[in-house]
Amino acid sequence: MLTCLVVDDSRVIRKVSRRILEDLGFEVAEASDGVEALAWCNAMMPDAILLDWRMPGMDGLEFLRRLRAAPGGDRPKVIFCSVENEIERIREALDAGADEYIMKPFDGGIVAGKLSYLGMVA
Amino acid sequence: MISAADRMFVAALCLARAGLKVDVEKSYLMESRLAPVARREGYSSAHEFVAALRDRGEERQGWAAVEAMAVPECEFFRDRGMFHALAGSVLPALAQARAGETVRVWSAACGGGQEIYSLAMMLADAPPLAAKVELFASDLSERSLEKAQAGLYSQFEVQCGLPARMLVRHFEKQGEAFALSPRIRQMVRWRRVNLLDDLSRVGQFELILCRNLLGQLAPEAQGRITASLRRALAPGGRLAVGGRDPVDPQLAPIRPELGLYAAEADTPRSAAA
Repeated sequence: MLTCLVVDDSRVIRKVSRRILEDLGFEVAEASDGVEALAWCNAMMPDAILLDWRMPGMDGLEFLRRLRAAPGGDRPKVIFCSVENEIERIREALDAGADEYIMKPFDGGIVAGKLSYLGMVA
Repeated sequence: MISAADRMFVAALCLARAGLKVDVEKSYLMESRLAPVARREGYSSAHEFVAALRDRGEERQGWAAVEAMAVPECEFFRDRGMFHALAGSVLPALAQARAGETVRVWSAACGGGQEIYSLAMMLADAPPLAAKVELFASDLSERSLEKAQAGLYSQFEVQCGLPARMLVRHFEKQGEAFALSPRIRQMVRWRRVNLLDDLSRVGQFELILCRNLLGQLAPEAQGRITASLRRALAPGGRLAVGGRDPVDPQLAPIRPELGLYAAEADTPRSAAA
């Protein structure tokens, strides 16, 4: 079973994302900011990460840069999931190593479409 | 609520004008499609709108109702395998067979333009091939054509099938919408075409995309449009249909799992496929 780490400071978003991902067959773990997410990744690298941008503590971009520099950190597919919807911001996220980008608000269809594009769901 | 008689009237109108098969039992669906058109046309409800259509039978309002009931294509790169096949093998082979003449591609029910623009964006990344291909797109609906030509999509729409890298490469933010770059938009020529009409003046094409439309049509319209599309295929041309569309037995399967078929002139190759 593929694993996905949901990183978001909103408990509601984490819950919605968890339900969508579990329906798609993922085993889901949650983190509420970048520091917690890095701890998860050090313990067990997930197959995919759904990553919010603005979070207290370590934000999504900082987390992504550290993840990509860490051993094995190039392996997870990272999908940013943020209210940021300016083209420049999206480009910045992709340049920092994100594989895909979702603009909030999102639904199950959008998440499934992005994961399918990345070859993680049929 | 719109009545059973309203629904029968709208279904008959859709059948007569566009060959569309409309389920009269699905009253909620019809109500939700017609209510915005009714509002736009100045009526207080879908029922009032349909009553006016029935009494006065105004041409333009009738088309507005039919267009609202047709389900437009709304996903970029729908069935990605097809787009990879088109850019990777189908179009290069057609270009080679044309020996210098351009390959004419027609998106025959283009909706909001997502299908033809998906192909245009792929071609933009392959300039030598793009130089040999001309893109045409048509739709029954003026509104769809206007939207497609404008190349303006909502945040929701650009997240349906469009990879983020394609978004940042080819779109700019315009207010709350996302605008496709003029470079891509200018690759496509547009025209209003009702596929039920005589298509002999539309011309011939090496590749026709008519995906996920035929399955929505009544049998008589299916047969008529299937025959017209076959005649619009240039010798050796290819037709792409959707996964659930009926298959034209007079065409040869090339990649039937993708919905790709060839005009009859190509029989030797299809025997090998």
